[in-house]
Amino acid sequence: MATIDLNKSTIRELNEKLQGGSSGDKFIVNNTVGKHALSVGLTKEVDVEINGHVGYYCAGMNQEASIKINGNAGPGLAENMMSGEVRVTGNASQYAAATAHGGLLVIEGDASSRCGISMKGVNIVVGGNIGHMSAFMAQSGSLVVCGDAGDALGDSIYETKIYVRGKVKSLGTDCVEKDMKKEHKEELAKLLDLAQMNYAVDEFKRYGSARKLYNFDIDQVDEY
Amino acid sequence: MCGIVGLFIKNPKLESQLGALVAPMLSEMTERGPDSAGMAVYRDPNEAGCKVTVLAQDSEFDWENFEKSVHTNFSVDKFYVNQNHAVLSLSSSLDKVQDWLHDNWKDLSVTSAGSNIEIFKGKGNPADFIEQFDIKNMTGTHALGHTRMATESAITTEHSHPFSTGQDLCLVHNGSLSNHNRLRETLKRAGVQFKTDNDSEVAAGYLSWRLSEGDDLDEALNHAIEDLDGFYTFAIGTKDGFAVMRDPIGCKPAIMAETDDWAAMSSEYRAIATLPGAENARIWEPEPTQIYSWKRN
Repeated sequence: MATIDLNKSTIRELNEKLQGGSSGDKFIVNNTVGKHALSVGLTKEVDVEINGHVGYYCAGMNQEASIKINGNAGPGLAENMMSGEVRVTGNASQYAAATAHGGLLVIEGDASSRCGISMKGVNIVVGGNIGHMSAFMAQSGSLVVCGDAGDALGDSIYETKIYVRGKVKSLGTDCVEKDMKKEHKEELAKLLDLAQMNYAVDEFKRYGSARKLYNFDIDQVDEY
Repeated sequence: MCGIVGLFIKNPKLESQLGALVAPMLSEMTERGPDSAGMAVYRDPNEAGCKVTVLAQDSEFDWENFEKSVHTNFSVDKFYVNQNHAVLSLSSSLDKVQDWLHDNWKDLSVTSAGSNIEIFKGKGNPADFIEQFDIKNMTGTHALGHTRMATESAITTEHSHPFSTGQDLCLVHNGSLSNHNRLRETLKRAGVQFKTDNDSEVAAGYLSWRLSEGDDLDEALNHAIEDLDGFYTFAIGTKDGFAVMRDPIGCKPAIMAETDDWAAMSSEYRAIATLPGAENARIWEPEPTQIYSWKRN
């Protein structure tokens, strides 16, 4: 167990130390005071606990590592994550898990706008609400929202599965409500369990792509 | 990219430390805006008369001669020079003072007018600005600051924020407006005057115009959502507090925080983290198009 104090270490020193860790290593990071790009580019199965609020791009490009933030996260949390797990005990600002390919992001509080924008396989579980334009152009993976969703949810969505427990302010273009089949209930139950969120699967509705934007529609030729 | 900070003192005991509290916030936003910096400070009200801040472009400007002339023409409550700015607290009406400045002192531009507000701004690194203007020793009820990274117009003192938008009102802006050229022409025809080609000055001019048309601040900001095209987080300083509003898309960041002692806003949490008790503050992100305001009761 190594403790890194950001009053004494630079961000570069921190990231070099975390990136140089071996699988099974544990790190604690203190005195974050909203600094940017903390714990980015990790590729080993290390365990990082960050105490305090973090700024832009925390846990970016994460692979294998398990990162827990005891606080709020700024914009771009877990951007382009490939695998591993990132958990925030507070809220996350805009475009959390943007373009992320894999792994699990758990936001215990609220997520701001554009959560999961262009997500490509990551699973995201949000304990609270999410902001507008979330899952915009989402391509793969699942987004679970235990609270409400803002405007234009899933606009221009490809194949991501969105599960929302509360209200959806509005759906984006080509995003529609869909049936909860057995496989969806199983997947949702698994994600809620992994995220340690205690909600019944039956309280959720599923949203996804109507797949009407996949091909050019000759009837819309007048629009151009 | 730009940085915005705002600090509103709730506990009067902290008013003597306003500058000491807001200077580290501004400094923390240097990376968002290293080109120029500015600060609006609300303090020492002159309700009976008026208070005006003037800026001299010429570094050789003869402030002694100006001060003599002010004393000859007005009953002066307070006059002081801070770098290339001077603050005039006078017993006369604001119109009279502004007319006199306009007619006699073409080399000076007015950066703020009202009864409480003082606006200072300058080119260069925010740390130098804080040092030169002795921001850390400023007292007051609330302050609004800006660090600028110029993206659409020149780097000069006059292009720097805050922009005055009327009596005791000022605007700082993070973002960019896309319809400012057309809007500037429309506002000019309505009688609004502009000093620069800066987009944020158009937003300030727009709010001044709406307020002169009878809107209150909330109404003016709601009209701004309709008429301004582009990205913005605005912080507007008022005599009693300040207001914050983000555009409908909400791309530009903003974070707000409040304790029993103070209320603060900034582009990023790291600026707020410099304040005492920040770790236990109530923290939230303002929703797009919602107006958040603090007022002294």
